[in-house]
Formats: sequence, structure tokens, C-alpha cells
Amino acid sequence: MTVTTAPPARSVDDPLGLVGRVLPVWVLPALLAATILVTLGLFAVTPMQGKADFVVVAAVIYVALQTAASFSVEGRRRAVDRFFTTLVYTAFAIAMIPLISVVVTVLRNGAEVINGNFLTHSLRNIGPTDTGGGIYHGMIGTLEQALITSVISIPIAVLVAVYLVEYGRGQLARAVTFFVDVMTGIPSIVAGLFIFTVWVLILGFSRAGLPATFALAILMIPTVVRSTEEMLKLVPNELREASYALGVPKWRTILRIVIPTALPGIVTGIMLGVARVMGETAPLLLLIGATDSINTNPFSGPQSALPFIIFDQAARPNDQAVARAWGAALVLIVLVMLLNLIARVIARFTRVR
Amino acid sequence: MANEPRNPGSRPRVGQQQSDSGVGRISGVALGDAPALGSGAVTGLGGASTRFGDRVFKSLSQGASVLLLVVIAAIAIFLLTRTIPALQDDTVNFLTEKKWLPDSSPSVFGIAALATGTLVTSLLALLMAVPVSVGIALFIAHYAPRRLANGLGYIVDLLAAVPSVVFGLWGLKFLVPHMVGLTKFLADHLGWFPMFDVGDGSTYRQTMFNASVVLAVMILPIISAVSREVFLQVPTMHLEAAQALGATRWETMRMAVLPFGRSGVISASMLGLGRALGETVAVALVLSTNYEISLKILNPGGNTFAANIALQYGFAGDTGINALIASGMVLFVITLLVNMTARWIIGRRAAFSGAN
Amino acid sequence: MAKRIDVSDLNVFYGSFKAVEDVTMSIEPRSVTAFIGPSGCGKSTFLRTINRMHEVIPGARVEGKVALDGEDIYGTGVDPVNVRRTIGMVFQRPNPFPTMSIFDNVVAGIKLQGRRGRAELSKIVEAALRGANLWDEVKDRLNQPGSGLSGGQQQRLCIARAIAVQPQVLLMDEPCSALDPISTLAIEDLITELKTQYTIVIVTHNMQQAARVSDRTAFFNLAATGKPGRLIEMDDTTKIFSNPAQRSTEDYISGRFG
Repeated sequence: MTVTTAPPARSVDDPLGLVGRVLPVWVLPALLAATILVTLGLFAVTPMQGKADFVVVAAVIYVALQTAASFSVEGRRRAVDRFFTTLVYTAFAIAMIPLISVVVTVLRNGAEVINGNFLTHSLRNIGPTDTGGGIYHGMIGTLEQALITSVISIPIAVLVAVYLVEYGRGQLARAVTFFVDVMTGIPSIVAGLFIFTVWVLILGFSRAGLPATFALAILMIPTVVRSTEEMLKLVPNELREASYALGVPKWRTILRIVIPTALPGIVTGIMLGVARVMGETAPLLLLIGATDSINTNPFSGPQSALPFIIFDQAARPNDQAVARAWGAALVLIVLVMLLNLIARVIARFTRVR
Repeated sequence: MANEPRNPGSRPRVGQQQSDSGVGRISGVALGDAPALGSGAVTGLGGASTRFGDRVFKSLSQGASVLLLVVIAAIAIFLLTRTIPALQDDTVNFLTEKKWLPDSSPSVFGIAALATGTLVTSLLALLMAVPVSVGIALFIAHYAPRRLANGLGYIVDLLAAVPSVVFGLWGLKFLVPHMVGLTKFLADHLGWFPMFDVGDGSTYRQTMFNASVVLAVMILPIISAVSREVFLQVPTMHLEAAQALGATRWETMRMAVLPFGRSGVISASMLGLGRALGETVAVALVLSTNYEISLKILNPGGNTFAANIALQYGFAGDTGINALIASGMVLFVITLLVNMTARWIIGRRAAFSGAN
Repeated sequence: MAKRIDVSDLNVFYGSFKAVEDVTMSIEPRSVTAFIGPSGCGKSTFLRTINRMHEVIPGARVEGKVALDGEDIYGTGVDPVNVRRTIGMVFQRPNPFPTMSIFDNVVAGIKLQGRRGRAELSKIVEAALRGANLWDEVKDRLNQPGSGLSGGQQQRLCIARAIAVQPQVLLMDEPCSALDPISTLAIEDLITELKTQYTIVIVTHNMQQAARVSDRTAFFNLAATGKPGRLIEMDDTTKIFSNPAQRSTEDYISGRFG
């Protein structure tokens, strides 16, 4: 049986049916107003309440009204098109909600706690329900650990990327490429468990900042390999060939020409990698040991770190601890976002021309 | 090799680098380092030093690559050295036991509760995240105004930059109280659905449902970023084919974009799944854990591999540590399989680009 | 079926850049009109304004009138989607939908316009594939992917897809330039058959093709790089190729440039 949609109106003026009926401009705003009124009415007579619920109910009603109006005036296809367009825009809005919410709550709650004292003192001798104290020990720890992790990761990652781009052919390269991708998916807790098993259980060393950096390196290396690889591939082949033609050996070409050309992009990738591992908590839980005091030596003795402080304080039942967690979260987010921003700015202004 | 054409599936993820076919700037590089013309080193035959340098450098980079493979193997091997004694100490079936009492005697522990909790929260998160992520990817790739598209992409990627512990804190202190209304609504009006049944009532706070929501927020960026890449790669000629037939924008998505991107979306989802399976601190903060198997996600309770490790670590004795490592091994294997499958699908898709 | 097209004073803009200037022409129903001219002279751009395909590029617009049997397709309220249902297009590179079977490809346009039963769709598919001279070659494998065919077959599949919705006009943007000579000949023969039912406009780089296939020919050219393209001369094909009125037309035909 043939069921067709209603063909567009064919009138004397429009024998070919080219004219599409479109919703007049005033219809959608009117529907919006109607929706708000209806929702308000609903909320008056039923026990529903709350801002979030209002938005959700209003959105559903609006979409229903819009689709119905469009269906009757513009026809099925346009109504469906509008419906999905609204859905797609809504999806984006849904993504923005948690992002904005996180940023706003961290800013608001963290700002209450942060002051000079907070940023320059540790939690030594601060009892669980005391106010005062700060996160300086965590900041030092995070920065030092990030530094050591970078020192370990960058050479290895860049060398692997160089191998894949400049030398790689055959089985080894294919295996490495595949497993680098797989490595990006290793859970951070598993990386932590691995280093814990080797460092603490088998080798018998005690916890400190250093073993945590090994675990963080396992997490950082794959990301940096990927981004470095992409940057190296962008270096035009003509550059390499010009260098070879002048008799420059391959290794020198890579070191003196290819890498410097790709350097801004590589730096961007490194900064993004660091930003990622700065926020990793799970390996820290297992490896850095718990301490309230400042320890500037990452090689011996337990050291603190910002994510660790956040986790530790957030789980406690008292408000002072939670407030400190927000403060530490703000500092951490600022650090991470700053790194991200600088990385993207570098990328934008130093495009390979 | 640098001479091979770029994988059409790869695009620079950091900034927007355009490659030129012409010779680019060689700024700040001293080509004067090259041996002088006329010396035997020009042909590269004379330099024993160059061959040595080349060999060393190649070995270094090759060695680094092998090191990576060794690390992955080492992870499996070393975790195994602790898993085996744990399994030997376990007096019950590791796979079917719910309780977690490894340090008691007799030692009784198993991953049944952990496994179900991990799967339930991750799959639920996936269910919530995938439609929204696909919508976002479509939005940025085909609906948003072209000039804004890149900026909007960056903003969504910012979600990925937020550390997971901050999501855990936000989840626990902000989301959980705000979700009470919705979860109560679900329990009251849809309570006939077994998953939403709350029995005698619930605080609606530290539930698997809320943990799933937090996980969904965290895996949104990766699913949407990979999906966006795929949607952007739809060849213009397929879009034009649909448009020339008189398709509306949504119909063009349906005919040309979504089918083309299907396998990409699948592998993106698997990557998101892998991330959700391994997430530790966000779940550890939000969930109020127990060792029960329950699908009643609006009740507090539940547990995951990663959260369990994080929370039990401090109290574990020797057998306890081994037991946690054993559970970590299981998690490692699961995430490895999920990620390998996802990457394999992407790899296949790059070869078969859908065009001839 | 098959309408006439009347273009009056058409100017095509991309943003503020004028790509094509002041085109006025008439295209008779049931004829083949060829657009020829050097690269970049705007013939493809102009072709795309006939079915409003140029609008998918942001910032593209026209001034002027394009009338289909007297009705201006750029009139107020006209929906481009409806225009494209009426005026079909075949592209330079064959573009069957890769994830769809041959059958689904042919009915892709039909399905947009409403549901029909399988039996009716099968009849439409057979008619369209016969019309495109492809039926005998694919009738036993209608469920196989469209991308499994050769280049020439794929292009005929695209033509089948275009004519399945029974358009008034068929636009072809260099349909043979990606094909080998034998497939090209097959398509040219097909065009000669199709013109009994459709109004066909074909853009081509190949002057001999224009001479073989078309009834009327329009020659476009640029005054200089960066200037908009213009319609220089339009006349019966035989006259254009034997005794053109404009100097530049004659120069192009005899290969002195382009």
C-alpha cells in the first residue's frame, strides 16, 4: 500500500510545488512563551519544584509543541528536521552544563578558602576539624612530581615517535603503534599497582614521590608519543630531502632539522600530557605515602600532592576538610587549565607555514 | 617512514597545523653543520662517524620502542606474580564470591560484586553518554556555524582536561544533592521498573546511578572527540549526493554521515567504555560501597574494581594486597581487551574509508 | 515532464566575491545543452545555481532569476529542498552511498518522499536502472553494495538514482571526466536516450563530447583571473563549432587557449 506524505501545495501560482510552507517568524517565540506559562501552571498545581526540574519539563513541552506546529504547517520532513536540530543543539547544551557547573562550584567554594596562608603552609599539626593550614606541601609535591615525570617521559616518548615516523617499517613499528594506542587506555590504578608491586613488594623500597612518577610516566608517554608523532609527520619531506642532499646524516637531520621544525607542536603535546598526569590520583594513593608535612625531596620519604589532598580531604565528613578540598581543587584546576591554555596558544601561533 | 602518505584518519589534535608541499622555514637551524662540499662525507660514504651516529640513534629510538612493549608485558607479568598467591590463598571461587575478606582466616574474597558493579556503572554511563556525545559531534561537525566550530570543539575538550578527582569532588558535593529530586521522581513514578525499585526507601545519594552520571560526564569528551573526527571525514561528495536528492539537513545526516561514521562511533564508545571501567577516584568518592550484587541502582551501594582498590588499600594486609592486585589484574585484562578491540576497529576503518 | 529553464540576469556571489556575472539564457525542454569553457570560468558554479546546490556553501547567494517553466526557483518562500527534488544532479566523481546496496541507492531519493511498498519500489528500481542502461548488468545483484561496481557502472547507478525521482531537469557536472573512454561512450549514448524525457544540461571540459552530445552549447569565459565569469556566446552546437560569432569562442574551440 502506498502511503505518501502530503505533497506540497500546488496552486495556480506554484504548479511545480516549489514553495515550501514555513512557520511564520513569530510562531517559535510564541511557543516558548506558551511553554513557560504552561510549565509554571504545572508547577503550581503539582508537587514538582526546583529550577532544574523546571528547565527539563519546559524543554520537553517546548520540543513537543514545536514539533506539532511544524508538522501541521511545514509537513513531516521539516518537522523531523527541526526536531533533530533541536536535539543536537540540546546535546551540546547538556555537555556545557557539567563543565560550567564544575568550574563555577570549584571557583566559588575554592575562592572562599584560598588565601596567602593557604598557599604557603602545609597541614602539619592541623587536626581534622581545625581550620587553617594549607596545601603548600601538595603544591610542591605536584610540581616536583610533574617535573620528574616529564624528565623521564619526554626523551622516551620523543624517541619512540621518532622511531615510528623516521625509521619504522615492518612488524616492530606496527606492533608499537598498536600498543601505544592501547597504552593510552591503561587504567591509572593498574599502572600504580604495577609500580607498587615492583617497587614496594619486590624491591622493598618505601613509598616516595619517585615511584609515583614512574607510574605517571607510564600514563604520560603514550599521549606524548601520539602527539609528537603527528607533529613529526607534518614536517614536509622536502626538508629532510634537502638535508640529505647536502650530505647531512640522518640522525643529524632528525635532531637539527626535523625536531626543531616540529618543536612547537611537540611542546604543545608535552604540556597537554603533563596537564593530564598532574590530575591523576590513583597511582598517588598507592605510591607517595600519606603525609601532612612539606617534603621537598621526591626521592625519599612520603610526599604529598594536590590530587591526593583533594581525595583525602573530600572523603572526610567535616566541613573544614571539604573546604580545603575545594581550595586544592581550585589550585589544581588553575594549574591544569593554564597548561592547557598555554599549550593551545603556542599551537595556534606557531603553525608550520 | 616519513615518506608515506599520512593516514587519512589522523589529524593533528593539538592546534591546527597545515602542511605545505613546499619547503618550509628552516628557522634557526644551522645547516652549516653539514660537512663541507667536496669532502668525502658528502656522499655519506666516508663518514664512519655518520654511520656510527646513525646506528646509535636508530638503536636508541628502537630501544625506546621496545621498552614500551616490555613495559606492557611487564605489567601483566608482575601483576601475575601477586595474583597467583592470592588465588591460592583464596578459599572460595574468586569469580563467583561476593564478599571481600582476604585478610581473615579463612581467606574469603571474590570479584563477583566488583565485576557487576563495574559493568553496571560503566554500561549505564555509556548508555547516557553515547547519544549525547554523538549529538555533540554532529553539532560541531555539521550544525554549528563554521567559524565557531573549532572553538566549540575546544570547549568540549576542556571537559577532558578536568582532573577526575575534581569530578569526584563535584559529583559528591554538588551533583549528588541536586540529583535527589530526579532520582526520587524515578523511584516514585517508575518504581515498577526493577532497576528503579528502592524497596524500603533510599537516601538517593551515594548510589550507582549517581556514579554512572559522573562517569558519563567524564567519558563524554573522548566519545565525542573521536566521533567528531569521523563525522568530519565524510567525503563531501556523499553529502552532495544526498543534498542533490533534496534531503533536509537531518536526512543528509541519516543518509550520508551517520552510516559512514558508524564504526567510528562504535570504537569511540568502546574507548569511552574503557575509560569508565578504569575510573578510580570519582567512583570512590561518590559511591557508598558495599559488596552486594544489586541492580537497584537508586539504592546506595555497589562497588567497582578500581574504587575497591583505592578504598581498601590502606587497610589491607599481605593477602589483602595480593587480592587487590589480583582484582587489578582482572581490570587490566578487561580494559586491554576493550581498548584493543576499539583500536582495531578504528584501524580497519582507516583502510576502508567507505569511498572507492 | 521536462521543463524549460529561463535564466535572467543572474549574478552569483560567494560572500562579496562575484563569481559569475550577468547570465541570461534559455534552455529548451527535451534538449541537451552543454556548458563549455576554460577552468575556473564559472560554468560549474552556474550549473549549481540551477538546482540551488551552491547554497550549501555558506555565504553563497545569487541575484537574478532562474525560472522553471515560468516559476522562479529563487522566489520568496521557495524551499531549496523542493527545487532539488525537481532538478536532479549527477556529479563528476560517481558517488553512490557506500553503505547502501544498489537497490537502496536507487530508491534513496524516493524514500525521502514517503513510504512505499517493496513491490512498488522494485518496479521503480527496474524502471530507473533500465533507463540508465544498467539493468542487465546488475539485475542479479541488487543487494550488493553500490561501491562494488566499476566507475562507469557507478555513474550509471547515480544517473538511475537521479531519474528514479522523476525530475524535470537533469544537471550533469562533468559526468565523464573520471571515467575511461568506453564508459564515457556508454554515458554519452545514455544521454542521447534520456533527452527524449528530460531537459539535460551538461558541463564538460571535453569539447568533442559537447559536439557529440548536445543540441545547444554555451561558452563561458573569464575576462581575467579574479574577474567574474561570463556567458560569451550560446547557440546551436553545430553553429558554435563551425562558425562561432565571438572571437574568443573561436579561439577556445580551436585550442588557442584553455
